[in-house]
Amino acid sequence: MDSALATSEALLLARAQFGLNISFHILFPALTIALAWVLVFFRARHLRTGDSAWLEAYRLWAKVFALSFAMGVVSGVVMSFQFGTNWPGFMNRVGNIAGPLLAFEVLTAFFLEATFLGVMLFGMNRVPGWAHLASTVLVAAGTTLSAFWILALNSWMQTPAGHVPAPDGQIVAGDWWAVIFNPSFPYRFTHMMLASALTAAFFLAGLSAWRLLKAASDALALRTLRVGVAIAAVAAPLQAVVGDLHGLNTLEHQPAKIAAMEAIWESGRGVPLVLFALPNEAERRNDYAISIPKGASWILRHEADAELKGLDAFGAEAPPVAPVFIAFRVMVGMGALMIALAWYGAWRLRAGALPPRWLLWAFAGFTFSGWIATLAGWMVTEIGRQPWLVTGILRTAEAAGPISGAQLGASLTGYALTYAVLLASYLVVLTHLAGKGAGAAATAAAARGASA
Amino acid sequence: MTLDLPLVFAALMGAAVLAYVVLDGYDLGVGMLMPAASESEQDVMVASIGPFWDANETWLVLGVGLLLVAFPAAHGLVLTALYLPVTVMLVGLMLRGVAFELRVKAEGWHRELWNWLFWFGSFVTAAAQGLMLAAYITGFAPGAGYFLFGLIVAGGVCGGYVLLGATWLIWRTEGALRDKAVGWTRWGLAWVALGIALVSVATPLASATVRGKWFDFPRTLGLMLLPLACAAIWLWIWRLTTRLRRGGAVRDWQPFAGAVAIYALAFAGLAYSLFPYVVMDRMTIWQAAAHPSSLKVVLAAALLVLPFIIGYTAYSYRVFRGKARAGLYH
Repeated sequence: MDSALATSEALLLARAQFGLNISFHILFPALTIALAWVLVFFRARHLRTGDSAWLEAYRLWAKVFALSFAMGVVSGVVMSFQFGTNWPGFMNRVGNIAGPLLAFEVLTAFFLEATFLGVMLFGMNRVPGWAHLASTVLVAAGTTLSAFWILALNSWMQTPAGHVPAPDGQIVAGDWWAVIFNPSFPYRFTHMMLASALTAAFFLAGLSAWRLLKAASDALALRTLRVGVAIAAVAAPLQAVVGDLHGLNTLEHQPAKIAAMEAIWESGRGVPLVLFALPNEAERRNDYAISIPKGASWILRHEADAELKGLDAFGAEAPPVAPVFIAFRVMVGMGALMIALAWYGAWRLRAGALPPRWLLWAFAGFTFSGWIATLAGWMVTEIGRQPWLVTGILRTAEAAGPISGAQLGASLTGYALTYAVLLASYLVVLTHLAGKGAGAAATAAAARGASA
Repeated sequence: MTLDLPLVFAALMGAAVLAYVVLDGYDLGVGMLMPAASESEQDVMVASIGPFWDANETWLVLGVGLLLVAFPAAHGLVLTALYLPVTVMLVGLMLRGVAFELRVKAEGWHRELWNWLFWFGSFVTAAAQGLMLAAYITGFAPGAGYFLFGLIVAGGVCGGYVLLGATWLIWRTEGALRDKAVGWTRWGLAWVALGIALVSVATPLASATVRGKWFDFPRTLGLMLLPLACAAIWLWIWRLTTRLRRGGAVRDWQPFAGAVAIYALAFAGLAYSLFPYVVMDRMTIWQAAAHPSSLKVVLAAALLVLPFIIGYTAYSYRVFRGKARAGLYH
């Protein structure tokens, strides 16, 4: 009894620790994947037009990129160890699939981005312009490639394919092509790329708006605001379409997750769409529900009387409902607001004039909207996969290691403190950089260079 | 003849770990030397490693990745046994990694804090790696005696990184800082001599397996070439520092190359002590190996990609050749 209790407590701590780490980590790749391509755009525009404002934009946003990238690297290194420290059972069972995918990521992406990041940040005066642009492109390609491999692994954990059981109980790859391009991968990859585009776009728009609130005459900030809003106006509606397709794919391959997302407790025909409710796990029903009759059947099957499986169909194999249901609504709600703000902003900015202050405040307030939506989305998909770590193959509880609750608790505290300090410092420096704008930053850098 | 895949992967993993300790070793060493330098010198020191540290650290991820890919059974065992030092190392690496950015971008007391954390993170990382190495050699045996052994090894690793960092600064800086680096190199040499001597005495005492491998006549005679070569290189670096102090002509990169050679020899000795175990006394590389199908696909990828990695790493060192200067940032 005692040991069983300790084990479940240790499992909870192991999950809390990994969840904390991966949530902290994803903030930074979510930003840098697309921001790297924005930097490519700035650098290419400068090379083509010779307009030095593009170069200034590049310098300022390369700083934001470098800081965010460093945060992503250090928390990513932690994750590469935590696969082993927290989930030894994962590697024992599916290491023959997960190992190579992670190795491909290190070999093809990590070295590429890390090496050319050096050239990109420190080499502007040492290599010709085209080589500097090429370095920026390689960094961007590295970040995208990294996302490709890690999302292939995550998608395989969601919807495994292409594998065969070996005689010793391990899982090995039968067809690598099928492993990588498993059923949910194309949807998840596109969804995440657009999420990154939106995160970067609202960062760009938000911090530029913040600068314009302080210095309305900053022409460069107005220019980067327009770039950010333009990207958001295109990516936000696309994301709605891709998200819908991703949902239909989930319905086909992980119906239990959909049942939790929509809080459908009982299978049936003409299932209502629950807009808001408090899912009550104990009574297996929704409290204070506001629903649209037959809405869920219509949205998911495009037919009012279509049959949908409820949570009752999955018994103990169903994920916890409340966090998945609520996180899904946070993500969709945020997405809807992002579409509205991006389109209205694009309309107001079309002539290139300074928008009203309230709109600048709105963009500044939405600086981190991409983070909120991305985190909520990952919570939906990861908690929605429970109780499985690898759907149908490995349960999360089976993968936990023999680390004691005390050790986990101590290291969890250490990580939590470190992340709190890092995030606080990051935000302080970010607002500082944004508040000063590109001109001041360039002057300060020149002064530092001259004094040395 | 079929390819002995576990052996190939043990060699690859060893190469990645050696690349890591040498490459991240010099930038961790530079980090540990920060308190001994003035503020403007600190900026030059950080500028000398700025373009490289991220790629250097990637070798650690590759080393762990190869352990995971090639020896999954050992991966879980090793990392759970080393849980606490690994956690300490990771916190150290995090603090140091972000300090690169934050010490430049923060202002006021924040900047002071991140300068200090840059040193602290480098030191904690090195010490934790020493503790991990000690626990690894002794097969994760518990007890106070083994912890003492761990502290000795940790001291040796710190000294080794200081030596790498100091010789790197001789290569990459000039003027007063370079003169200081010559003095630091001597400190590093003394420290490394003590560290290697202590570790060489303590390891056979701590592990019967290692004792058996080294004290087995007449093989011992041949093995003595390793410490002899080590001592010869040590003397050579010492003489280079003497010449540097007198203002004599020395190729800038020579002391660093010597330090790398000492590392390679120490590493060879270590590899010899461990082989064929991937978990000391418990699991050989063949027992821990992953399924051949996944080893083959990773080997193919590694052979395809590694030449590119080495190529563009060389390009990066070419771009940033010569002496470092502060204020190069962006």
